Amino acid sequence: MSQHATALRDGAIGPIVEVHDLTREFVVRRKSARMRASGRPVASRRRLLRERSTVTAVDAMTFTVRPGEAVGYIGANGAGKSTTIKMLTGILVPTAGSVRTCGLDPLTSRRELARRIGVVFGQRSQLWWDLPLRESFAILAAIHRLGPDEARGRTAELVEQLEMAETLDTPVRQLSLGQRMRAEIAAALLHSPELLILDEPTIGLDVLSKQRLREFLIHERATRGTTLLLTTHDMGDIERLCDRVLVVDRGALAYDGTLAGLGATVGAQRVLVVDLAEPTGDLTDIPGAVHLGSEGDGLRQRLAFDPESTTAAAVLAGVSDVCEVRDLSVEEPDIEDVVRRIYQSRRR
Amino acid sequence: MADLAPRTRRPLHGTWHTPYAAVIGSRIRAQRSYRASFLLDLFGSLLVGLTEFAEVWVIFHNVQVLGGLDFNAILLVFGLSNLAFSLADLLVGHIDGLPTFVRMGTLDAFYLRPQPVLAQLMTCEFSLRRLSRIGVAATALVAGLVRCDVDWSLATRAMLPMAIVFGTAIFAGLFVCAASLQFFLINGAELTNSFTYGGSYASSQPASIFPTPLKMIFGYLVPVAFTAYLPTLAILDLPGPAGLPTWLAWLLPLAAAWVWALALTLWRWGTRHYQGGGG
Repeated sequence: MSQHATALRDGAIGPIVEVHDLTREFVVRRKSARMRASGRPVASRRRLLRERSTVTAVDAMTFTVRPGEAVGYIGANGAGKSTTIKMLTGILVPTAGSVRTCGLDPLTSRRELARRIGVVFGQRSQLWWDLPLRESFAILAAIHRLGPDEARGRTAELVEQLEMAETLDTPVRQLSLGQRMRAEIAAALLHSPELLILDEPTIGLDVLSKQRLREFLIHERATRGTTLLLTTHDMGDIERLCDRVLVVDRGALAYDGTLAGLGATVGAQRVLVVDLAEPTGDLTDIPGAVHLGSEGDGLRQRLAFDPESTTAAAVLAGVSDVCEVRDLSVEEPDIEDVVRRIYQSRRR
Repeated sequence: MADLAPRTRRPLHGTWHTPYAAVIGSRIRAQRSYRASFLLDLFGSLLVGLTEFAEVWVIFHNVQVLGGLDFNAILLVFGLSNLAFSLADLLVGHIDGLPTFVRMGTLDAFYLRPQPVLAQLMTCEFSLRRLSRIGVAATALVAGLVRCDVDWSLATRAMLPMAIVFGTAIFAGLFVCAASLQFFLINGAELTNSFTYGGSYASSQPASIFPTPLKMIFGYLVPVAFTAYLPTLAILDLPGPAGLPTWLAWLLPLAAAWVWALALTLWRWGTRHYQGGGG
């Protein structure tokens, strides 16, 4: 067999993730609470019936990820991100459509796939809470059936790059959140997977821990060509790690492209927050700015502006013409804002 | 930057059981490292074993013969049944905590590892504290064998290990059945406990005392009569009650196979429900 044919069979050439019309519905059962006027439940067989309704978590989603890409997968809570990841990894069965990960069907080839991908769920641990970190790594090496040299070499490499040397003998339950997250990522990378899927890897981390993690992931990708797919609520993750962004809205893809393109699509990229001397009506008429919201009877107002076409100073001057500004700050857009604006533009 | 060339498939080191040995070994080390807690657990499990035995003792303080068996024969039934149950409990008893595994995301982690999910679940814990209950059961069994004037024929020598091995398999299968049902049931532990602990209790009684429907259930449907009562009849060469003839004891492997066929079917349904219905 030629090398090309072998490569095709192994699914290593071509997309590493291929999703077509992927759909996932959940049946939600709810007890119907039929009550008598007296407040007592109706004593009939009807009472035992439950209302069924179908919720579509992922709705005919289609996208591909090529080997070596770093893709940010963003959207509001409940938009369908985790459901998609669970279908990519063989935990959930799609209701309709097709998924291939590393060229494999995640359901029928789950075990083969598990050797080729690494997954980190930020809120869940795959380490043994009562064992020292060192032992968790040793067990995972055995689970992936690494040879002793490979296990030792890879563990040492990850421990050094993620700066975990002092924590190796600490039981996992005593690690700080930042330390644990680094350990989780090392655990997912121990078997050198082609694809690393991260679900909220930086949630709850301090600035320094986030920075370290990002640097490590950039390095891992540069040296090994590992494909990254991550969900996040942190714009910094996207800016520093990803060269492509997928925005999901109510189970469907709302945007697929670069981060710069996302900014261009959405328009305003920065937010000026002004604290005013006295309650003021919504500042909707400031030139070059869009009013996002008000708090405290209009004492604090948020105005979005596009730094390409105007400046913070110009917007501030516009506000000062109307009322007295006591304090101000300029915010980088957070991911929720970007996503919300995409959602708004879709629903108009 | 990205290396687009296909990666050569990594050779696997060790054998298929390397992963399980690593996990079980670490579980044993972890329990031994919390010494005081481990000793308390051992003591608690000893009390449970002794209480169960006291119950049998009290009954035979008042009657001479129960269901055609005297106290010495009941020692055999009690010993075999408890030995098989506590061995199964040691090996796989933790899986009735399935809802916790689901809640903690441990089950999802199993899906992300290259071993069968059920095999990982069964080997993810190893409850050494059950050792003391195993000790109580083994003591009762040995006492029964000594006091019963057993004829050490080839049949007896074959039946004894068979009862322990396949009896353990039957109870382990019942634990898997119980766990599988918990995919469907919310707070279903009460119901599924009747499978496992109820089955264990039923198996420590001579099945001849049950009314016929129960006899049929424990003889054929949830065949716990095979774990202790039928082997005891075979060892002591006693006739069985109507519907449960003594020669049935030799079909022990078949009974275990039936329980496991049921267990694996239920497990399949359960995981389908988890992956399909959304757990």
